Amino acid sequence: MAKKQSVSVKVNGRDREAAVEPRLLLVHFIREDLQLTGTHIGCDTSHCGACTVVLNGKTVKSCTMFAVQADGGEILTVEGLMSKEGQLHPLQEGFKSEHGLQCGFCTPGMLMSSYALLHNNPKPSEEEIRWGISGNLCRCTGYQNIVGAVQYAADKMAEAKTAEPEMAGGVK
Amino acid sequence: MIHKTSPEIGGMGHSIKRKEDLRFIQGKGNYVDDVHLPGMVYGQLVRSPYAHARLKSVNTEKAKALPGVLAVITGEDLAKANLAWMPTLSYDKQMVLATGKVLFQSQEVAFVVAEDRYTAADAAELVEVEYEELPVLVDPHKALDADAPLLREDREQKDNHIFHWEVGDRQATEQVFQKAAVKASVHAFFPRCHPAPLETCGCVADFSRATGRLTVYLTSQAPHAHRTVFALVGGIPENNIRVISPDIGGGFGNKVPVYPGYVCAIVASLTLGVPVKWIETRSENLQSTGFARDYHMTAEIAADRDGKMQALRVKTLADHGAFNAAAQPTKFPAGLFSICTGSYEYPAAFCEVDGVYTNKAPGGIAYRCSFRVTEAAYLIERVVDVLALELKMDPAEVRRKNFIPPEKFPYKSSLGWTYDSGNYEGAMKVALDKIGYQQLRKEQEEKRKKGELMGIGISSFTEIVGAGPAHSFDILGIKMFDSCEIRIHPTGKAMARMGTKSQGQGHETTYAQIVAQELGIPAADVTIEEGDTDTAPYGLGTYASRSTPTSGAATAIAARKIRDKAKKIAAYLLECNEADLEWEPGKFYVKGAASKSKTIQEIAFAAYTNIPPGLEAGLEAVDYYDPPNLTFPFGTYVCVVDIDKGTGEVKVRRFVAVDDCGNIINPMIVEGQIHGGLTEGLAIAFMQQIDYDESGNVQGGSFMDYLLPTAVETPHWETDKTCTPSPHHPFGAKGVGESPNVGSPAAFVNAVVDALSHLGVKHIDMPITPWKVWKVLQEKGVAA
Repeated sequence: MAKKQSVSVKVNGRDREAAVEPRLLLVHFIREDLQLTGTHIGCDTSHCGACTVVLNGKTVKSCTMFAVQADGGEILTVEGLMSKEGQLHPLQEGFKSEHGLQCGFCTPGMLMSSYALLHNNPKPSEEEIRWGISGNLCRCTGYQNIVGAVQYAADKMAEAKTAEPEMAGGVK
Repeated sequence: MIHKTSPEIGGMGHSIKRKEDLRFIQGKGNYVDDVHLPGMVYGQLVRSPYAHARLKSVNTEKAKALPGVLAVITGEDLAKANLAWMPTLSYDKQMVLATGKVLFQSQEVAFVVAEDRYTAADAAELVEVEYEELPVLVDPHKALDADAPLLREDREQKDNHIFHWEVGDRQATEQVFQKAAVKASVHAFFPRCHPAPLETCGCVADFSRATGRLTVYLTSQAPHAHRTVFALVGGIPENNIRVISPDIGGGFGNKVPVYPGYVCAIVASLTLGVPVKWIETRSENLQSTGFARDYHMTAEIAADRDGKMQALRVKTLADHGAFNAAAQPTKFPAGLFSICTGSYEYPAAFCEVDGVYTNKAPGGIAYRCSFRVTEAAYLIERVVDVLALELKMDPAEVRRKNFIPPEKFPYKSSLGWTYDSGNYEGAMKVALDKIGYQQLRKEQEEKRKKGELMGIGISSFTEIVGAGPAHSFDILGIKMFDSCEIRIHPTGKAMARMGTKSQGQGHETTYAQIVAQELGIPAADVTIEEGDTDTAPYGLGTYASRSTPTSGAATAIAARKIRDKAKKIAAYLLECNEADLEWEPGKFYVKGAASKSKTIQEIAFAAYTNIPPGLEAGLEAVDYYDPPNLTFPFGTYVCVVDIDKGTGEVKVRRFVAVDDCGNIINPMIVEGQIHGGLTEGLAIAFMQQIDYDESGNVQGGSFMDYLLPTAVETPHWETDKTCTPSPHHPFGAKGVGESPNVGSPAAFVNAVVDALSHLGVKHIDMPITPWKVWKVLQEKGVAA
C-alpha cells in the first residue's frame, strides 16, 4: 500500500479534505469517503457515464481518474443540483416531468452531463442533446424522454435567465 | 371500459408523474452498493482464465498473508460444508466455487474477503491457481458428437445433452408438409446476449451473531424466492433470513438467478460475523452472470399457393453453457417457446428443442422476455417474411391472410396455449396507416430503380406473459401466484405491499393507481413498498411481464375485499342495508339519496373508532392471486431502414410501434417502457452479442466490446396503441414491459432483409453489423 496523500476539493460548495491512497478512484472517494452515493458505478471502462460529475466546469467520468488528480478542484455532484432552499434544479424537474428516468441508476450521470451541456449550449437542438448525452448509457428509457427532459429544462432556464444565479461546480 | 376517476384520485388511465422519481433525481436512491454498514468488509472473486481446465491446485497462502485480508474461501472449503455446488432454477446444479475443474471462462474459483475493496482486489491477484487445460467445447452443434469432450463429469448421464422437449403433433405436421404446395424455411440464430442492466449484481450479507439472523441486501428481482433458496441451500431457518431488495438499477432478467457471489458473501458473513459486501464489476457481470438467448433455430412453414398457412415446424438447438441455470418455470425446459405459432392459425404445428452444455457461462435467463418468447416471436416473424418472398406476396398481406381473427378468441393454438384476446389486424392497420405503408412501398420501388437500398420491416407479434396459473407454473415447486397486502390507516391513507419488486417499472406509482381506482383513495395517499421479505407478502417477483397480471390483479382483488368491508361499515354509519348502497370511486351513497354518503376516508376512520358490532376492527386485506390464464399482449411494429452502400451501415429512418396491452394503468409509464424495450431490441438486432472464440474466450466481456446504443444511435420512436382488454384479468390489463423487446428484433431484421431481398437475400443473422451488411453488398456486387 502506497503512502497516503492529502486531497482538498470543494464538493457541492463545501470544502472537503482527506488523506487517501494515490490509487483511490475519484468515484470511490466521492461515494465512500464523502458518502455521496448519488454518483454511481456502471462499468469499468468509462463507457456508461453513471459516474459523471462536473469537475472545474467540465464533465468527467469519476471512475477514470484518481481522487488525487482532483486535488484543488471544484466538484459538482448530483447532490449539489438542488438549491440551498430545497428547490429542484430545472433539469431535475424536467426528468420527473417528462418521465426521463425509470430505474434511476443512470440519472445522476445524465443530469450532470445535461447540466454541463446546457451551460455551454443553453438552447440545444434534439441532435445536440443526443450528442451531449452520448457519453451516458441508459438501459431503460430509450433516451427519448431524456431528450424531452433536457428540452424542458432548457426552456425553464431560458425563462428564468434574468434571475439566474451563478452556476455551481466551477462552470464558467 | 374502465371508469376513469378524477385527476385528484389518479386511478387507472392517468399519466400521473412517478412517485419514486423524487429520490432518484436527487441522487438519493438506495442501491445495493449504497448500503454501508458498520464494520462492513469486501469480497472479491477469483475467476478462471480458462474455459475448460482441470484444477490442479489453489494456493491461498500469499493472499491470506496480505495485511487486511480476513479470509480466502475455496471450493474445497465450501465442499466441507456441502456448499461447493448449489441448485439452479432448472433442476440442474452449478458450482459455487470450482472443485475438480472449471467449465467456463470467468468461472468462480475462490472468494477473498478483505477490509476494503482495493485490498480484496490485491489479494485476489495473489491467489495462485494451477490449471491443466482441457479440450474446449464451444460449438453447440458439436456437443453431441461422439468425440466431444464430456463437460459435466458430475452427472450420471455421460454426454452433453441436457434435455429434449417437444410439443405438437409431429406426424400430422409431417403429413401436411409432404403435400404442401409452398414451403418456406429459415435458419435463424438468436445470438447469445446479456441484459446488462446499468447496475451490476451484488449484495451485502449481514449475519448477526447477536440475533442469529441473516440480512441480505440483494440485487434481486425475486427476493422472496431467493430467501427460500438460501434457506434450503444454506440450512438456515427461513424465519432467520431477511432479504431486502432495495432500489434496483435495472434487471431485465439478469437479477432473477442466485449467483455464486451471493452465496460466497453469505458464507463469509456467517464465518466472520461481519457484513460482507460483494459487487460485480461490469466485466464479471457480462462474463459470468445469466446470459440470454443462444438459440439455433430452424422454422418451416407449409402453405397453400394463395398464402394460407397450413403447418409450422420448428427445430431448435439451445446452448445453455456449462450449467443449465435457465431461470424459468420448472415444467418448461424451453420456456414458453411454444408460443412460436405467433399470431397465426395453422391446422398443424410441431416444435422441438434440445438443450446442450458448452464451455460458456451458464444460463439462460429471460432477458426482458417471458421465457423464450423473444426467440419464438423473432423466429415466426422472420419465417413469415420468408414465406412472403416465396409467394411473392406483400408481407402485410400474408400476415392479414393468416391472423387468428378476433371472433375466434379465446383461441386454442395448435401447440396448446389458449390466447385470451386479440385483434391483430386492428393493430396492424393502425401501424401501417401511421407509417404510410403504401406510400413507402412506392418510394422503395423508385429507389430500387435508382439502385438505392431501402427496406420496410413488419413484425406482428404475440406475447404470452404473466406466469402463471398454479396448475402449470412453478419455480422449484413454488407456484407462480403473486400477492398484495393493503392496509388503510385511520386517516384514510394507505400502505400496500407486494410480492413483486420494481427495477424501474414504476410500481410505486402504478400499484398506487390501482388502489386509487378500486377504493377512490388518491394515488398520492397510497404508499407502495416492495422488496423486504420481513414485511411484504410472499410472491415470486418481477420478470416476464408478470407484475401487472399477477400482483396488479392481487392489488385490485385485495382492494375489493376492503371495499366489501367498507360497505358494511358504511351501511352501519348510514343506518341502511348494504343492498341500498351504491359505490362511486371514493364513497358509498344511498341509492336515490346521493347526499347520504360516506367517503372511504370516513369509513376508514370508523373502522378504528366506531366499529360496527360484530365486525373486526381495522381495514386491511391480503390477496394471493393465482391467474386463471396468462395474458397475450400483441402489436405490430413497422420499421423503415436505409442502407449505406459504401459502409454497410443501416440507418433506422422511422419506427412505428402499435401495442395492445389491454387496459392501461399509466399511459406515460407504458410509453416509457415501449421506448426502452425498443431500444434494447435495436441493440440486439444491430449491436449486442456475447460471442466466444474457439478457445472459449469471451468476446464481448466489457462495454468496450459489448456494444450498447447511446442516444445518438437510437432513433425517435413513434408509438400508438389499440385496446383489447384481457377477459380474465380483474381490470382487463396485460403485461407490457417486454413487448417492445420481444416484437422489435424481427421488425429491424425484416427491414434490412427487405432492403436487400431483390438481390436474393433471404436472411441475415443478428447482430446486423455494418461489416456483415457490407459483406453481403460485396457478394451481391452492389457495394459502392
